[in-house]
Amino acid sequence: MKESVFTVTQNSQIATLTYLMRLDGDCSDIIRPGQFVNIRIEGLFLRRPISVCDLADNRLTIIYKTVGKGTEIMAGMKPGQELSLLTGLGNGYDLSKAGDSPLLIGGGVGIPPLYYLARKLREEGKAVTALLGFNRKEEMFFENEFRELGCDVTVTTADGSCGTKGFVTDAIPAGHSYFYTCGPEPMLSAVYRATVTSGQFSFEERMGCGFGACMGCSCRTVTGYKRICKDGPVLEKEEILWED
Amino acid sequence: MGRLSTELCGIELDSPLIPASGTFGYGYEFAELYDINMLGTFSFKGTTAQPRFGNPTPRIAETPSGMLNAVGLQNPGVDAVISEELPKLAKVFRKPVMANVSGFSVEDYVTSCAKLDSQSQVGWLEVNISCPNVHGGGMSFGTDPDLAAEVTKEVKKVTGKPVIVKLSPNVTDITAIARACEDAGADGISLINTLMGMRIDIRRRKPVLANRTGGLSGPAILPVALRMVWDVYEAVSIPVVGMGGISNAEDVIEMMMAGACAVEIGSANLTDPFVCRDITEELPGLMDRLGIKDIKDIIGAAHNG
Repeated sequence: MKESVFTVTQNSQIATLTYLMRLDGDCSDIIRPGQFVNIRIEGLFLRRPISVCDLADNRLTIIYKTVGKGTEIMAGMKPGQELSLLTGLGNGYDLSKAGDSPLLIGGGVGIPPLYYLARKLREEGKAVTALLGFNRKEEMFFENEFRELGCDVTVTTADGSCGTKGFVTDAIPAGHSYFYTCGPEPMLSAVYRATVTSGQFSFEERMGCGFGACMGCSCRTVTGYKRICKDGPVLEKEEILWED
Repeated sequence: MGRLSTELCGIELDSPLIPASGTFGYGYEFAELYDINMLGTFSFKGTTAQPRFGNPTPRIAETPSGMLNAVGLQNPGVDAVISEELPKLAKVFRKPVMANVSGFSVEDYVTSCAKLDSQSQVGWLEVNISCPNVHGGGMSFGTDPDLAAEVTKEVKKVTGKPVIVKLSPNVTDITAIARACEDAGADGISLINTLMGMRIDIRRRKPVLANRTGGLSGPAILPVALRMVWDVYEAVSIPVVGMGGISNAEDVIEMMMAGACAVEIGSANLTDPFVCRDITEELPGLMDRLGIKDIKDIIGAAHNG
């Protein structure tokens, strides 16, 4: 983990309530797709954890949805603004298990970390299928970016306004070697039941610190208690225990 | 000894800064970030006789100038703390450490304290009678002078190490609790634990925290903590460790002038993991500007005159 100052270079709306921000700063501690950064926002006590969407040299891309006070303040930020980030947080996805034809399943703002993952897997020559789920057409983003990486892309919308009508679990293709997923918990739970191969799930939780100190985001797993922020956010399918 | 040195229950501290229990784990996450041996000591994660998962999530909520937590004393239990955590802690921290202990009965406290008493690196036992986030125990010991005294008296029987009792602010008269602990043999008092509070998600029409209520910490509670440290300093003659909302060097000076011989820093570590290092570096310059030669000279200084 590192704490460093980043400078916003771009902050633009790319879909309904959805923003893409690029920042320049020291990204040397970000070593795997699926990791996240924790952003200090002036006037708020807790930092805001946001997953890494892409990374090139020392330029970071994040995509966030305005869901509360923190992300609403972020949406108003202008290029040139400096922000304190903790970087290199979380375990990230393990790419070594992908096999030849991994499937990436993303829902809404769970999609961004899968983009960096897709890019890395494509660099390794994998045949990557991306299954991207949204509520409706106006909330869609990045389907073309995944295509530009050479992924086979399928889109679902809950209202049928674009792509296959329904949820991602209505469109899971057969024949993939492994899967990686990120999205809202009901979707993750449905993906867990609908998939036949092994895979990795990235979870979201309200966090205190984001680096393993406060036990604010603990969950039970087959292998004991884990902290979403430090031992996660990525858990293997076999270790997940669903509660409720 | 340096300008920052102070003393806590007969043990010299190189610095008055003590990361508070529950915000610093067992030290090793922070040891990757900076040399934690610059700290006076730290109070490790609250330990109970049995392992605990704690409360369901969400356990964290934001508040104006602070946060609520309802972690609920997640910890591996005293036996695992001794066999697994303390050896790891010893690799990164070479000073006496403060062992924070919680319980649900007097027997729980006695069991954990007796076991931790046998650990050479444990310098102090911080007996937490003030956790607001557990049911059936925890804070109830800290809201009744007789129960507070009983826990203190029984724990004192099983340890030769200094016993510091950590008090709850969720009481009408904190000085009555502090005096009861002192009379029962406490070697020191630390305060304040978090203030009980809650938040409601207005879209879902439900409390934000799964536990419904949580403990408020952060800069929002600094003035409450200062007032209570001030009062307890006047009420007892044993050392007082002050905490609650400290987030910079000025806050440290203020808390010590209120009567604290050392200070604990809690939730500031969570939003700025380097805060204790940075305060350590800033204190000498601030002391110069304020005409303070040695930091221990200002303990209770605001009470004079």
